[in-house]
Amino acid sequence: MFRIRITKRKEPRGWSSFLVLTAAVALSLALSGLLLALGGTPPLDGLAVLFKGAYGSRFAIEDCLVKAIPIFLCSLGVAVAFRLQVWNIGAEGQFALGAVGASWVALTFPGLPSPFMLPAMIAMAVLAGGLWGMVPAILRQHFRTNEIIVTLMLNYIAILFLDYLVYGVWKDPTSFGFPMTSEFSPQAVVGRIGTTGVNWGLAHCLVLGTAVWVFIRFTRLGYELKAAGDSVRAARYAGIPYDRLVVLVMVISGALAGWAGFLEASATINRLQPTIMVGYGYTAIVVAWLARLNPLAIGVASFLLAGLRVGVENLQLDLQVPAAFGGILEGLILLTVLAGGFFNLYRFSVRRA
Amino acid sequence: MELAIIVPLLAAAVQSGTPILYATLGEIFTEKSGVLNLGVEGVMIIGALTAFVVALTTGNPVLAFVAAGLAGTLASAIHGVVCLWFKGNQVVSGLALAILGTGLADYLGTGYVGQTAPGFSPVALPVLSGIPILGPIFFNHDPLVYLTYLIPPLMWLLLMRTRPGLCLRAAGEYPAAATAAGLDVDGHRWWGILMGGFFMGLGGAYLSLAYTHLWTNNLTGGRGWIAVALVIFAFWRPGRAVFGAYLFGGIMALQLRLQASGTQLPSSLLLMLPYALTVIVLVLSSWRRGMSEAPAALGVNVEPAD
Repeated sequence: MFRIRITKRKEPRGWSSFLVLTAAVALSLALSGLLLALGGTPPLDGLAVLFKGAYGSRFAIEDCLVKAIPIFLCSLGVAVAFRLQVWNIGAEGQFALGAVGASWVALTFPGLPSPFMLPAMIAMAVLAGGLWGMVPAILRQHFRTNEIIVTLMLNYIAILFLDYLVYGVWKDPTSFGFPMTSEFSPQAVVGRIGTTGVNWGLAHCLVLGTAVWVFIRFTRLGYELKAAGDSVRAARYAGIPYDRLVVLVMVISGALAGWAGFLEASATINRLQPTIMVGYGYTAIVVAWLARLNPLAIGVASFLLAGLRVGVENLQLDLQVPAAFGGILEGLILLTVLAGGFFNLYRFSVRRA
Repeated sequence: MELAIIVPLLAAAVQSGTPILYATLGEIFTEKSGVLNLGVEGVMIIGALTAFVVALTTGNPVLAFVAAGLAGTLASAIHGVVCLWFKGNQVVSGLALAILGTGLADYLGTGYVGQTAPGFSPVALPVLSGIPILGPIFFNHDPLVYLTYLIPPLMWLLLMRTRPGLCLRAAGEYPAAATAAGLDVDGHRWWGILMGGFFMGLGGAYLSLAYTHLWTNNLTGGRGWIAVALVIFAFWRPGRAVFGAYLFGGIMALQLRLQASGTQLPSSLLLMLPYALTVIVLVLSSWRRGMSEAPAALGVNVEPAD
């Protein structure tokens, strides 16, 4: 008889974690192929359409980049909070309020000269998103509420508030009853890079991504963040003000998601309307976890998962596969990668019993 | 206000509270074993779809109800595989399950949107429904509501007064001691996950079989998340969960009535009510006792033994 022995690894393996990741994604694709077949779509054709639609042309790649921008910024924020073991599920709502804040500036002061317009929109978006992120942190600090539930409930509230504005007071009188604000003035729009379809938000991502990386890697506060995330108790003994860190990460987290909301309203749809909410804030959580909270990896993962969204849109157009297929893929990938983590943490050996 | 308005409102509160109650009871059972399953929203909606499809194809609502429970068990088994077999992070696995379940129900339910299926209708209980005030509030409902009058006491008995219940709680409170005493901790956690998932599935089934009778996308509308919050409000006690669920049922019923009454308040602001209430309730119940009532090892995986 043989018995399988499971022991904890002393140090994580490098190349094999990549192998596990690949295997997990392959398994997810196989399972989702099965679902495609169940829905009456030939699975291999379906997956081919998905990948060709996502990465198969210059236009597709550009679309991936455009969608990766908000995902990246939300995910960057979420990752900062996760690093401290603060479960911020609220990127979606912080994104919504960021878009609302930016739109408020663009709609209230349409004549603002261009050197002031975009900075004012960013400031308002960051403020709105940051404050919305601060609420659960303050509640957690004072009342010990569970931030997972609070951030989630604040998502619903923020999205309904956005709805309230665009269906009501902010509705464009010339929109034929469609729930949307009037279009932003030209100086309130973040333009495109050269002749590409990609907006300058990509540059914002590079700057903010680098800033977060530097913050975590090279500043004292960033170090405290990492230490406190590894062990709350040890951090308290070392005199690290844990509760203040929680507020700080939630504000940063919310501000980044708010920035993403600004970019989406300004660069992508040039106005505020309910269709701005497509779940980037939830995809951001999947991305942050897949990337193990590393800013560079978040960039790569954002691009890849944005690709899944583009691919699923293609699948919907070509083969009438429901858009919900994207959620299934994201859920499956996250679950399999999570399960696959086991093989990085533990080793197996077979011995005779 | 007059009784003529209050009594139907309270009766509606019981009805709209019932799906949340099923889900909350399920999550209490799971969390008592030490496993945090945040996937309630996903498990519930899979139960709702299963119930709807089975009712539509067989015409048998009872069969549909049971099938939904089993579907809930199956869906939450995914959480068990990831967290108990592969020792994955329970928070992330639960979130992933919520995303997957919602996606799956939307995807598989696309063809059913707008269709109606046979379900349960109110049956007035003889004698009891004749009691003034209480009768119309509690005893003029469909059988699935009556079932929830029995589950909380039975669950309390099982958890607090039987040996399997004790073992399950031991797995949630102090897994190391439970292991030392020769208990199979992960085995009991499996029971917690599977039984809990069964009730979450039933909660979803209530929505499609008794509440709406028709299929729409996002039928659960955040009720699964509210259930997770209610577990904290209930201090992990099945009895208190009943009050919490009816409180939320009440606010949902009130919001529907206000909308129907043609109030000046915009519907999006009214729709915020249950979510805002969740935050308030959470603050009030966490304030003094906080998580001190939670199973001590909630959310903590047991390392595989050498």
